[in-house]
Amino acid sequence: MLIQIFEYNGSALVAMVGKNCFAIASDRRLGVQLQTIATDFQRISKIHDRLFLGLSGLATDAQTLYQRLVFRHKLYQLREERDMKPETFANLVSAILYEKRFGPYFCQPVIAGLGDDDKPFICTMDSIGAKELAKDFVVAGTASESLYGACESMFKEDMEPEELFETVSQALLSSVDRDCLSGWGGHVYVVTPTEVKERLLKGRMD
Amino acid sequence: MSNSVIEVPPKGGFSFDLCKRNEMLAKKGVNPPSFRKTGTTIVGLVFQDGVILGADTRATEGPIVCDKNCEKIHYMAPNIYCCGAGTAADTEAVTDMVSSQLQLHRYHTGRESRVVTALTLLKRHLFNYQGYVSAALVLGGVDVTGPHLHTIYPHGSTDTLPFATMGSGSLAAMAVFESKYKEGLTRNEGIELVTEAICSGIFNDLGSGSNVDVCVITKGGKEYLRNHLQPNPRTYTNSKGYSFPKKTEVLLTKIIPLKEKVEIIEGGDAMEE
Repeated sequence: MLIQIFEYNGSALVAMVGKNCFAIASDRRLGVQLQTIATDFQRISKIHDRLFLGLSGLATDAQTLYQRLVFRHKLYQLREERDMKPETFANLVSAILYEKRFGPYFCQPVIAGLGDDDKPFICTMDSIGAKELAKDFVVAGTASESLYGACESMFKEDMEPEELFETVSQALLSSVDRDCLSGWGGHVYVVTPTEVKERLLKGRMD
Repeated sequence: MSNSVIEVPPKGGFSFDLCKRNEMLAKKGVNPPSFRKTGTTIVGLVFQDGVILGADTRATEGPIVCDKNCEKIHYMAPNIYCCGAGTAADTEAVTDMVSSQLQLHRYHTGRESRVVTALTLLKRHLFNYQGYVSAALVLGGVDVTGPHLHTIYPHGSTDTLPFATMGSGSLAAMAVFESKYKEGLTRNEGIELVTEAICSGIFNDLGSGSNVDVCVITKGGKEYLRNHLQPNPRTYTNSKGYSFPKKTEVLLTKIIPLKEKVEIIEGGDAMEE
């Protein structure tokens, strides 16, 4: 049976910029085509206190890629004695993905972090590392088409953390409700210069 | 434990580790993913004082617009710029790589880079990969020998032209150039012609859209007019925006404070030696 490799596991990821803060959110389903095998799958991982990485697409490639990136970041920390800036990390991910240009990882990363002066940075890439730096929002995953539409209409400039959380959650939940392969709740991280708020959302469990 | 070599950070170039696995998946009927392309209309023309490059700003992933305002005019050297069409990762990677090589060459020779140098570096790389690195480029710049404009195709062939267009919108843009181009254009005439050609691509080609970027390169320097024209503004947004009176239901909240509050004790006891 012909299958699309990006639709094997199903995923939905979105990152949005607010005023001196950012939010990164994902769904929680892990499936094997149409069968759900986990409803608490972690798609977003912390690289350091102010940098988060979400990986959509094939879950096995996402895990391998995450392990390689953590390894590279730890080496960087040892050599430079500091954390990587989000822009630098985005370049690293892009290089690692492009290295496999003719036999790629089937993943689409979403990178979100606070740079210098607490300026939020978000970025996504296709599976071979073509960076897309957006000033408002980035999306990835099987629900990406719905997410584009939802974010495009719900996004506002300079939202405060609470309003940003509400907007991201509404955009995520409404988009995954229209996608069979993602859903089963949401996982949202809202990061400001002083704290990280991690929240689990109640969504439709179908 | 398999007898594979420990993975050290590679020295550069492509790695074909996952090819065998991906081929096996393809045999089982798994379709390979589509990469982000830049649909695109890119143009260049030579005017009396130098070269003008133009590009649209839409990036597509299949039929979806994934970036409404991307940058397709890439920096190569202070006097050389390159527009890229085709697979986005390839155009970015190849222009970045040749830009670094040009910088090293400048350090080595102590001279300003020449456009033919960039041209040769690009065409050698693209030919080497037999068209699999899918980058179609319009390279333009002004060096000691004068203004130059070249097109480079994914298989490595090049053309040297007074005006050129590439990308899915190339026919729409070329129609404008063929009817209105003449030698010895002034700066403003040139910018207007380039803008008109890109607009023709934006409005008639589905793979191109959004805004017009223009880059003017002369002997004196360069002028990068990012979003020179924005003929597609968003006019439908509601000024009030969305408001959500009913809050999202939250199951669990975890707050991790980032900056730890450290108390500074003034005039404390000195440490014992």
